Amino acid sequence: MNQEYIISAYTENHIGLLNRITIIFTRRNVNIESLTVSESALAGISKFTIVINSSEDKVRKIVGQIDKHVEVLKAFYHTNDEMIYQEIALYKVPTTAMMESNRIEKLIRKYAARILEITHEFTAIELTGHKDETQSFFEELNQIGVLQFIRSGRVAITRDPIEKLSEFLKERDKVEAN
Amino acid sequence: MSTKRITGAQAIIESLICEDVDTIFGYPGGAIMPVYDALYDFIGTVNHVLTRHEQGAIHMAQGYARVSGKAGVCIATSGPGATNLITGIADAMIDSTPLICITGQVASPLLGTDAFQETDVVGISMPVTKWNFQITRTEQIPEIMAKAFYIAQSGRPGPVVIDITKDAQFGQIDFEYKKCTRIRSYVPVPEVSRPMLEQAADLINKAKKPIVLVGQGVILGSAEQELLDFLTKSGIPAAWTLLGLSAMPTDFPLNVGMLGMHGNYGPNTKTNECDLLIAIGMRFDDRVTGDTSRYAKQAKIIHFEIDPAEVNKIIKVDVPVLGNVKQTLPLITELIQEKSYPEWREEFKECDRIEYEKVIKNDLNPEKPGLTMGEVMRLLNEKSNNEGVMVTDVGQHQMVANRYFKFTKSRCCVTSGGLGTMGFGLPAAIGAKLGAPEKVVFSVSGDGGFQMTLQELGVIQQEKIGVKVIILNNNFLGMVRQWQELFFESRYSFTNMTSPDFIKLADSYDIKGKRVTSRDDLAKAVEEMLSDDEAYVLEVVVEKEDNVFPMVPTGASVSDIILESPKVEVES
Ligand SMILES: Cc1ncc(C[n+]2csc(CCOP(=O)(O)OP(=O)(O)O)c2C)c(N)n1
Repeated sequence: MNQEYIISAYTENHIGLLNRITIIFTRRNVNIESLTVSESALAGISKFTIVINSSEDKVRKIVGQIDKHVEVLKAFYHTNDEMIYQEIALYKVPTTAMMESNRIEKLIRKYAARILEITHEFTAIELTGHKDETQSFFEELNQIGVLQFIRSGRVAITRDPIEKLSEFLKERDKVEAN
Repeated sequence: MSTKRITGAQAIIESLICEDVDTIFGYPGGAIMPVYDALYDFIGTVNHVLTRHEQGAIHMAQGYARVSGKAGVCIATSGPGATNLITGIADAMIDSTPLICITGQVASPLLGTDAFQETDVVGISMPVTKWNFQITRTEQIPEIMAKAFYIAQSGRPGPVVIDITKDAQFGQIDFEYKKCTRIRSYVPVPEVSRPMLEQAADLINKAKKPIVLVGQGVILGSAEQELLDFLTKSGIPAAWTLLGLSAMPTDFPLNVGMLGMHGNYGPNTKTNECDLLIAIGMRFDDRVTGDTSRYAKQAKIIHFEIDPAEVNKIIKVDVPVLGNVKQTLPLITELIQEKSYPEWREEFKECDRIEYEKVIKNDLNPEKPGLTMGEVMRLLNEKSNNEGVMVTDVGQHQMVANRYFKFTKSRCCVTSGGLGTMGFGLPAAIGAKLGAPEKVVFSVSGDGGFQMTLQELGVIQQEKIGVKVIILNNNFLGMVRQWQELFFESRYSFTNMTSPDFIKLADSYDIKGKRVTSRDDLAKAVEEMLSDDEAYVLEVVVEKEDNVFPMVPTGASVSDIILESPKVEVES
C-alpha cells in the first residue's frame, strides 16, 4: 500500500551528494514529492529530508541504498505519524485588496498567518504548517487574488526523545576506540 | 615517512607505490600527460601496460583484481578516454570488483566551460561507482588516493573514480602518505549479531533438506577454508553461483554444481524442494532465482551477507546474518551439529544422472560429427593441470566453459556476471595473466565478443603475455540465436556473423595459432597450445546451431528448468 514516507539522511557536506542521492530515486522511477537540504545541528553534517509516496518495501530498499553510500552517515524513514513536521509557505497579495475589505485580515487571523512586508503594491504573508493547511489558506486567499505563492520542502524531527544520529556517532567512536 | 617536494603527477604515482601497486593499465592523452611524464621516471617500479583502447585497460584491471584480490588500477585521459572506461566501471560495480580509475581532467579554471575534451566524469560515473571524487588542488592528492584505495578494497569492494585536473597534476606539494583506515560515515563491515547466529544455527540443526548457495562473497572475503569447514561439519550440499565458481573445488564431494539459468538440474530443482536455503555472500540475481514469486517458497532462508542493502532486496529472508563471511562462517560452524544427509544427497545424484544422460554426455563426448564447445572444455580439463584460470567472454561459450571447466583453486574464474559485457574476456585474461603469472590463463570467447576487443592482441604481442586464447566460433551471436530459435520462431534477425581469418590475424600480431574444424585435430591442437608458456590462438569451429541446456527460460521458475528444446519434446 502506498503512503507518504519521510526519509531523513545525514551526510557529510560534500560536493555531489545531492546528485548521488537523487539518482537513487530516479533509477527506481520514484518521484520525489519534496526535498530539503541544510546543515544539521552538527557542524559539517547535512540533513536531507525527502518526502515520497511509496510502499513500505520500496522505501526500505531506497533507504538501504542511501545508507550504503560512503558519505552518508545514516538514513532513516518514517511515516508522517512518527514525525513532527512543517512546511513554510509565502503568499503575495495586492495591498489594495487588503484595503478594500477585511476578508484577508480575517483569513490571516483564522490561519494564524503573519505579515512579513507591506508596500504600496503588495503585501507578503507567511504561513507555516502542513500542506493541507497552507494549501487551504492559498485557496481561500486566491478567491480574492494571490499574486505569487510558494511552498517550501518539508522539515521534520522525530518524536523519539533521542537523536538517532548521535547514537550512530557514539557507536562509531566506540568501534574506533576498540 | 619523511616529506619531499614533488609535483601532483608524481604524488599520484608515489601514492600508488605506497599502496603496493606494481601494475597499471592505461592510455595517455592531453589531460593526463603530466602523470605519464611522471611515470617515465618509474619504469621498472610501476609496470604500465599500454592498451589499445581504454575499455581494454579497465577490463585488464578487472582481470588483474579478480585473480589477485588487490585493486586493479587504470588510467585514462579526460573526455573520450574517461567515457571509454564507463562499461568496465559498471561491470566492476555490479560484480563488486575493487578498481581505482584515474582520469585526467581539464585545468580547474576551465571546468564547466565545454573546454576541449571536457566531460563531467564525476557526474557520468556516479551511478556506477562505489565512490568518486574530483581533485582540483594538488594538496588533496595523498589523502584522496588513500581514501580511494580504502573504499575500493574494504567491505563490499567496488570501483572508485578519481578525476584529476591538469593544474592539480602540475602543482607541487610536500608529499606525505598515510593509509586510510577509517571514514566516519562509512561502515564497511556490519557488526555480527549473536542472536542472529544462534537463530541460524537453530534452523540449520533442525533442517532435513538444507542447501547452501555459495556466492562471490566467499572469495572476496577470502573465506574459502571457512566455507569448507562449515560444509564438512554441516554435511550440507552446496551449489555455487556463476561468480561463486572456484570458491571450492569442483570435485569437493558436497559440491552439487551451478545455480541459475544455465546451471545444473539438481540445485535448481532442489531449490524448490529444500526446507532450508543458506545463502552465503550472494545477492539472488534474477538469473539465479528465475521467477521470484515461485522461488523457494517452501523453505526457510538464512542470508550471510556483508552488504545490508542486499538483505531482503529480492528475496525475503528469515534470518539475516550480517558481517564478513570470513568472521561469521567459523562462528556458525562452532554452533552447529555434525550431520550428514545421505538420502537428500542421493536426490542430487539422481538429478545428475538425468542431466548427464540428457545433456552432459552429448556435450562432452558427442557422437555427431560437429564439434561442441563442451568437448573443448573436456580436453582443457584432461590436458591441463586443472589449476588454470578460466576467463570467459559472454554468451553460450561462457555458460559451457563455466559449466564444464574444473576448478581446483580459488580466484580461478573470471567472467562478467552481473553486466554480461561482451568484449570483457580477452582483456580480462591479459590482466589475469599479469595478476597470476604462474598460472595458465585461458581466454574463452565467442566469435562475436572476441571481435569487440580483439585489438588487445597488440598488448599480448608487445608485452609477450602468454595467454591461451580460445575462440569458439559458431558463426553466430550464439546466445541470441538460441533465444531466437526457442522464443522467436527461429527468426535469425541479424545474428549471423562473418569473421576474419582469426589465425591470420593472430599471425599478424606475431602470435601462433591453429584453426580446428574436425575432432581428429582437436586434442593435438590443445596439446600444442599447452606445450609452452607463450600466447596461442586456438580457433575451434563448432556446431553452428547448438543450444546450451539446461535452461530456466526467462520468467519461469527454477523448478521449470528444461533439459532440451521444447520442440524436441514435441517430436519424441
Ligand atoms: C556489449 C554487449 N552487447 C550485446 C550483448 C548481448 N549478447 C549477449 S550474448 C550475445 C551473443 C554472443 O555471441 P558470441 O560472442 O559469438 O558468443 P556465443 O554466444 O556464440 O558463444 C549477445 C549479442 C552483450 N551481452 N554485451
